[in-house]
Amino acid sequence: MIATCPECAAEISLPADTLESEIISCPECGAELEVISLTPPTLALAPEVEEDWGE
Amino acid sequence: MTRVSIVGASGYVGGELLRLLLWHPEVTVVQATSGRNAGRYLYQVHPNLRGRTSLQFVHPDKLEPCDLLFLALPHGEAARAMQRYTGLAERIIDCSADFRLSDPAAYKRWYGEDHPAPEWLGRFVYGLPEVSREALRGAKYASGVGCNATASNLALLPLVRAGLIDTSKPVLIEVKVGSSEGGASSTDSSHHPERAGAVRSFAPVGHRHTAEIEQVTGLSTPHLSITSVELVRGALATAHAFAVRPIADKDLWQAYRGFAKEQPFVRLVKERQGIYRYPEPKILAGSNFADLGFALDPESGRIVSICAIDNLMKGAAGSAVQCMNLMLGFEETLGLEFPGLHPV
Repeated sequence: MIATCPECAAEISLPADTLESEIISCPECGAELEVISLTPPTLALAPEVEEDWGE
Repeated sequence: MTRVSIVGASGYVGGELLRLLLWHPEVTVVQATSGRNAGRYLYQVHPNLRGRTSLQFVHPDKLEPCDLLFLALPHGEAARAMQRYTGLAERIIDCSADFRLSDPAAYKRWYGEDHPAPEWLGRFVYGLPEVSREALRGAKYASGVGCNATASNLALLPLVRAGLIDTSKPVLIEVKVGSSEGGASSTDSSHHPERAGAVRSFAPVGHRHTAEIEQVTGLSTPHLSITSVELVRGALATAHAFAVRPIADKDLWQAYRGFAKEQPFVRLVKERQGIYRYPEPKILAGSNFADLGFALDPESGRIVSICAIDNLMKGAAGSAVQCMNLMLGFEETLGLEFPGLHPV
């Protein structure tokens, strides 16, 4: 299964046993991605911890 | 084995060249010159080399023929003695600024004097493999690179090559640098009580490396400022440019990825999580890697492009050895694979 990273547009090969809601990392940009669908394979950015210096 | 010598080996760039070349599998260091340190063992000036070589510095007058000469001399000295050096070695890599600019008028503008040997300018290939790789293969003469120019050029080249910069607007580059850029000689301003903890704007305008950025990128409006910070090694260039058309992060990813995939020492660093989300010079100390990152302000179209290097490595000795590998037909990365330290 091939999915596209929503952050950097890299094509990511998903293992055959990937599950919906699984969290993976993009090998190109390191973004943590949630598998939101397997039909077709679709990824979304997972929630992240924001840095907050001096705000 | 290829026989190499280093002229001006007691400075920081000379020390880095020795560190790299003494462990390089295809070369032998035969001489290292220093007028002031002639007769002393290398480790007495470069203590990290203790126990790994019995070489002693020789006086520059005792320099003998070899296959390739590295020149790590103060500004102007290499150009004034080229006839001598070319008589001693078939190939030369000059780490100074003497042969970086191909245009004698640009040299005069930025260095304030006529070039001492203008007939040699066209014979030197600019020594940044990310720019001149094919010209360096088999070349006899290569220049060095400016460390601030290298960080700036590598930050801008992905955007320039992809045609993403609006050249009608200024391109601003702020480079934060470590103290080793100042060389091995001390001054009043480098005295520890004055230097420690300082964030010093030492060249807000008019830095000579601007000329190299103009030459490499073709941009007519790069505006360069240099600030020295609390680092020994390292340079971090933060370049600000405006996009020529509406773009998205994915366009930038494509541009940077396209550039980096051709460059064995360029890595992309743009993480959404973790400690080092953008390029960080601290973890590149001793490494020849240049880390690139970017961010886009979609409202204004401002692109912030970031490049971190070790100024003594990718910004000087590392690139010089990379040039040597290309000139002599070795694997480009040979002897340069050290990835840096973490934590450091």
